[in-house]
Amino acid sequence: MYNEKVMEVFKNPKNVGEIENPDGIGTVGNASCGDIMQISLRIVDNVIVDAKFKTFGCAAAIATSSTATEMIKGMTVEEALKVTNKKVVETLGGLPSQKLHCSVLAEEGIKKAIEDYLSKQKKEA
Amino acid sequence: MDKKPIYFDHAATTPLCKEALDKMLPYMTEVFGNPNSQHYYGRESVKAVDEARDGIAKIINCKPNELYFTSGGTEGDNWAMRGIAHAHKNKGKHLIISPIEHAAMIVTAKSLVKEGFEVDFMKVDEEGFVDLKHLKSIIRDDTIFVGCMMANNEVGTIEPIKQIAEIAHAHGAVMFTDAVQAAGVLKIDVKELGVDMMSMSAHKIYGPKGVGALYIRNGLKVESILTGGHQERMKRGGTTNVAGIVGFYEAFKIANRDIDKNFEYVSSLRDRFIDRILSEVPFVKLNGPRENRLPANADFSFKFIEGESILFSLDLAGIAVSSGSACSSGSLEPSHVLLALGLPDELAHGSIRFSFGKHNTVEEVDYAVDTIKSAVQRLREMSPLFKAEGEIKYV
Repeated sequence: MYNEKVMEVFKNPKNVGEIENPDGIGTVGNASCGDIMQISLRIVDNVIVDAKFKTFGCAAAIATSSTATEMIKGMTVEEALKVTNKKVVETLGGLPSQKLHCSVLAEEGIKKAIEDYLSKQKKEA
Repeated sequence: MDKKPIYFDHAATTPLCKEALDKMLPYMTEVFGNPNSQHYYGRESVKAVDEARDGIAKIINCKPNELYFTSGGTEGDNWAMRGIAHAHKNKGKHLIISPIEHAAMIVTAKSLVKEGFEVDFMKVDEEGFVDLKHLKSIIRDDTIFVGCMMANNEVGTIEPIKQIAEIAHAHGAVMFTDAVQAAGVLKIDVKELGVDMMSMSAHKIYGPKGVGALYIRNGLKVESILTGGHQERMKRGGTTNVAGIVGFYEAFKIANRDIDKNFEYVSSLRDRFIDRILSEVPFVKLNGPRENRLPANADFSFKFIEGESILFSLDLAGIAVSSGSACSSGSLEPSHVLLALGLPDELAHGSIRFSFGKHNTVEEVDYAVDTIKSAVQRLREMSPLFKAEGEIKYV
């Protein structure tokens, strides 16, 4: 059901973990639907210099977490906000249709972590 | 992969045994006749089907004319439940099944509810055993059908079928049991158990896929669901699966001949596996009981991680298992069996079923335990739940 790329990323995911004292952090999903994703970001001068994830979920959820965090590294906050789940899925070479909802979590996780960053910025300002 | 993966999914299906294959082959080529045909070819096929029917009937202690060949477990379950509902609706429209039945029963129940029948579920305890007191409290004089599997496919619980049948009969209800996981694994005597109907399947016991049987006690009125020709004494239409039936009989005969030996060997693998997992992997829960459990079955929930990701981690390491997580089934709900046992969502999502077979070895079990330990740890290190709850205790 999964393509080789997805399995390869699942086997060797990148950016696993949690950034200490992150500039932005967000957790999305819940245990009842079987997926929880936490994204933490290091942001310097409006650029995402590091991104890490922790995910409770299926192989698709772990693979999309890895790919999404990999994609946003080096992006500005504005660019990262434009990363869609569709882009993440494309980068992975596609997901089975019943797994597409897992990729939504990655997009939402990034958005939530950035929102956290932006709200902290506001407070500081 | 140079080597074939270790197969720990015998509750899903088993490889066809050589003896059954050898018996089947001539019935696909030389002895190909339709048993309904009057001529030589037909008669030769009839002989084989009759021999299988006689042999299987003898093993489960029923008469040959009480046995109807089917396409397998799903058809048997559908036929029993729908067939009784439709044939007995003048007596009552109330049916009772366990909440841990196979989807073949659960989904049939839902469709009967749409037709105007009423279906209640008997409670099960946290190990999956039917609560007989609860069953007594919900059964009524207009209950026409009580259905409970002999052994659960996911958590391995062996149900007190005889006692359930007594309760059913005290209220005049028909007692059905789905013996798909039990037939050929446990000794079955339908008269002694007191069941009126029982479904079986060949492919769980090293027989071919697509064939099984339904036992229907003589004198019981059951409506057909496959209407058509004269096959199976007018009760089940469809050209007889001669080779399949021959293979079913051979596999069933062997399974019953070796029943004690297999039970002892397979349960020794299971116990070694369960003991090692419980002592070597932290934060696990064995689902189902230790006693009165199918010899092949071990089902665990691994806390903080999700079942499908465990399944694929093991798959990558060369171990084939199945999961009760929603993600592996394509639905959003985790296993209805685990939820009925009272497991919280997170644990139900993190379940893996291991089911052993007669060809598995102690070495395979030990390799699996070691692999599971590292796979589970790797996934836990990725899990946001693990940090929240487990970091301090788990070093």
